[in-house]
Amino acid sequence: MTRACTGAPSYDCIVIGGGHNGLVCAAYLARSGRSVLVLEAASQVGGAAITREFAPGFKVSACAHLLHLMPGSLIRDLDLEARGLRLAATHMPSTAIAPDSPPLPIDARDAALLAARSAADAAALPAYRARLRRLAEALYPVLDTAPPRLGTDSWQDRSAWLRIGWRIRRLGRRDMRELLRIGGMCVQDLLDEHFETPLLKGALGFDAVLGTSAGPRSPGSVFPLLYRMAAEVQGGSALAQPVGGLGALSDSLARAALAAGAAIRTGATVERIMVRDDRAAGVILTDGEQISAANVISNADPKTTFLQLLGGEYLDTGFVRRIAHLRARGVTAKLHLALNRLPQFTGLAPDALVGRLLLAPSLDYVERAFNHAKYGEFSPAPIVEITVPTVNDASLAPAGRHVLSAVVQYAPYELAGGWQHERARFAELVIDALERCAPGLRHSVEALELLSPPDIEREFRISGGHWHHAELALDQFFIVRPVPGAAQYCTPIGGLYLCGAGSHPGGGVMGIAGRNAARALMREAA
Amino acid sequence: MVSGGSGRHDAIIVGAGHNGLVAACYLARAGLDVLVLERNPYIGGAAVSRRLYDGFTYSNCSYVCSLLRTEIIRELDLPGYGLQIIPYEGGCTMMRDGGHLALYDNHDALRREIARHSKRDAESYERYLRDMLRQCRFIKPLLLREPPDPTSFKPRDIMELLYLGKHFHRLGEQRMYDTVRFWTMSCADFLDEYFESEIVKAHLAGSSIIGTALGPRSPGTAYVLLHHYMGNIDGAVGAWGFARGGMGAVTQALAASFQASGGSIRSGAPVDRILVRNGRASGVVLDNGEELQARIVVSNLDVRRTFLEIMDANDLPPEFVSQVRNFKIRGSSGKLNIALDGLPHFPAIPHGSPSIRGDLHVTDSIEMLERAYDDWKEGRWSRAPYIDMLMPSQIDPTLAPAGKHYMSVFVQYCPYKLADGAWDAAKRQAFGRTVIDTIAEHSPDFKDLILHAEIRTPWDLENEVGLTEGNIFQGELTFDQLLFNRPIPGYAQYRAPVRGMYMCGSSTHPGGGVMGAPGANAAGAILRDLGRAH
Repeated sequence: MTRACTGAPSYDCIVIGGGHNGLVCAAYLARSGRSVLVLEAASQVGGAAITREFAPGFKVSACAHLLHLMPGSLIRDLDLEARGLRLAATHMPSTAIAPDSPPLPIDARDAALLAARSAADAAALPAYRARLRRLAEALYPVLDTAPPRLGTDSWQDRSAWLRIGWRIRRLGRRDMRELLRIGGMCVQDLLDEHFETPLLKGALGFDAVLGTSAGPRSPGSVFPLLYRMAAEVQGGSALAQPVGGLGALSDSLARAALAAGAAIRTGATVERIMVRDDRAAGVILTDGEQISAANVISNADPKTTFLQLLGGEYLDTGFVRRIAHLRARGVTAKLHLALNRLPQFTGLAPDALVGRLLLAPSLDYVERAFNHAKYGEFSPAPIVEITVPTVNDASLAPAGRHVLSAVVQYAPYELAGGWQHERARFAELVIDALERCAPGLRHSVEALELLSPPDIEREFRISGGHWHHAELALDQFFIVRPVPGAAQYCTPIGGLYLCGAGSHPGGGVMGIAGRNAARALMREAA
Repeated sequence: MVSGGSGRHDAIIVGAGHNGLVAACYLARAGLDVLVLERNPYIGGAAVSRRLYDGFTYSNCSYVCSLLRTEIIRELDLPGYGLQIIPYEGGCTMMRDGGHLALYDNHDALRREIARHSKRDAESYERYLRDMLRQCRFIKPLLLREPPDPTSFKPRDIMELLYLGKHFHRLGEQRMYDTVRFWTMSCADFLDEYFESEIVKAHLAGSSIIGTALGPRSPGTAYVLLHHYMGNIDGAVGAWGFARGGMGAVTQALAASFQASGGSIRSGAPVDRILVRNGRASGVVLDNGEELQARIVVSNLDVRRTFLEIMDANDLPPEFVSQVRNFKIRGSSGKLNIALDGLPHFPAIPHGSPSIRGDLHVTDSIEMLERAYDDWKEGRWSRAPYIDMLMPSQIDPTLAPAGKHYMSVFVQYCPYKLADGAWDAAKRQAFGRTVIDTIAEHSPDFKDLILHAEIRTPWDLENEVGLTEGNIFQGELTFDQLLFNRPIPGYAQYRAPVRGMYMCGSSTHPGGGVMGAPGANAAGAILRDLGRAH
């Protein structure tokens, strides 16, 4: 393969991958007057935020299925509403379900049902949420900026640290102490301190371990919860579902990028990143085409970016070792069911289906589900986040029919026995678990699709099939995400940037990594 | 044992554990009139030597001496009062397939041994050792310092925060990141960054879970690894070793040093209550009703015992009391002390290898260790437990009659609360059998050599030593309970919410192990408050 590249670069910036972060990054860069080209391997943009047909006439948000973390400022900046983003539902409620217990709404606004189970919990829930919300609000600026470096003499880094310190200090003594205490705690301990109802604790703990290879007893599991709340606080719509699924969000982002002057090519798979004089100089596509650019921004995950597209030969061994050890193996699967009628969950209020249902009856249940993932087995009794998007948006299925979209844990990437053989068994087992809460569901299934982590790896080109590109944990967060040396969106190779979920602050259809990366590039150039 | 006088003392210390005695020594040396009260008829807390079987001396709680700070040994002249620490020369993990990994203190021998399992790991071991050494160097100066309150604007706290910041900054950028990661990683992930051989990882991972209710895959356990590693690195002085005469020798030397400074100790004197008058600690009442007055009261007990059992909740801020209730102290360890009729034969260990004189293990994979933890979570003792087994009588002949041996077996995991009801004699025996069977799998003649076995569950440890749930660290070593969070945010400076009252047990920074740092730091805080230089 030739690495030669002559003449002036064709573009200021090439963005590898048209996922939501890549599109956000492209839009911001194009708005700054740079010439930008987005290269997407798939036939449509969106990455893991797409809507596609999984059975004739049935459409679903294929990977991510809820929009709740994207900051309102980003949606306004890019004017996504004018570019077609409509929300079919906002402030979607969450309801805990269990086979042997009536459903329990867990939002603070439905305290009455909770009070019937436990007056103490109903009394504690609003204060618990309010406190976490205050702590989360203090953390939001941490998400929204490039992590400062440690130990440098730069005044920008130092003032950034002072700002973070000040923000936390402004919480006041009691909240600050609580933040420093619970920041590294396990979510089980936190919930045990506040509540007694197993169903409530299971569902609240669910959000802490969703998408991560951790159980409620894993130290540090409070932190993903705070992080999630911090982003939600800025979103303004809480849990939301775009009309047309998550793909509609990506389409609106693409329109915003195009309107700002960016070019987008789909069906264009990048094979290598070209390097000249220790700087990124462009890309080579699988068909051999070379496109030169002054900067290359990768929306791909860090392992793919550094080990496949760039190649370890350009990096020092310590850095390569870090990337190789980046924990990025997914434990989350996705199940799509095409149903011939609306599922009937026992005891569930009819309007609860506009929101999501959480099957995580107790923290012990969740922890036991996680136990199996540690040894390369899927959970025989999995935890599930269920939505029926067709309740809010009938356009996703033929008239009278419904789609059930479920996020399922734990389904480890490296499964003993292999997913090829076990996929069907796992899907059956999840349907059995749902059937226990919604009798008759099985008979209404017309078609199903299960995406295991290797399927997610293949379809969305995410190494390890991890939703967040890299495990979201304290040792892979903020100043050390994805690894030291690449935590400020720039990399050891000049002109090469990261903008995906593997960078701070991680995934979840947030878009902040894309925006932060664009800002980092502009600052570097300034 | 010297009997203390009555009347008003400068300071009363509740509990004659090693930290209580260390604090007492420093206070007495500063000229205070100090009385130490101990509930049991013998002193030492969990650092004791007991004669529970004819001719044998058991270190029946703590069993190795590695963490005791060299500064404390020197300042209190413990060798002068009879403390002798005999280093041991490594250890061994026996594998289920009959193989083994021996660890030697001779570096070249150790490298050759690791290379037998993986050449790459032998190379990586150098990197591992270097990185651990760096982390040790970073953390050691922090052990004997009072943690700052990050929410406070007091000059002392700000100065201490600045010190911490500078100390951290001195590492340089890359090592700062390494440190952040090291503190937040799981031991399994950390070891994966160095080693490929399961047996090497399993051997090293053992010390990351000793005494904690966490598994090797739980984030934060890499730090616990360090907590046990610090002794290892000290070099000649204070290396991993046995106290000659058993662990009681540590507390006996401390007591002798204390008494030489004019302090007095009363054993068999259980404290019923700490007295508070006008918001100030004023003394204690013993179980027999006797009242003892003091300007300062220091508790060596864990925070739950101190504030929930021997203090009146009305004397404390209500929020503090609820935080104490939430302080995590989880029983996860058991112990067997065994008198043996001779040295058992372990076929996996080569004849003549010095590793038989060190710590012996039988957990040969991370998964086995993690599964042992899963059992604990379900409220049962590990079916295949992690054991840390030593026969110190090979090095210290005072512990057993000639030709016979004392074996100390530390067992992880063993829950305080069993899923199927309270501990009783039958369950204790069943637990002991599990451990003995585990050892016997690796030693065919082991069972025949057993003369006597003392089986100790967390419940027994709690009842005899007074450690809540039998937790050997007086509180879990997790992020939420370390440094300025230990034991309670805002009260990490050894001072209780009541004036004149202090905490000096392992519930305080930097935590457990026979380290003595909490005792020394508490004494420092008291002397500063009294306006005396430490």
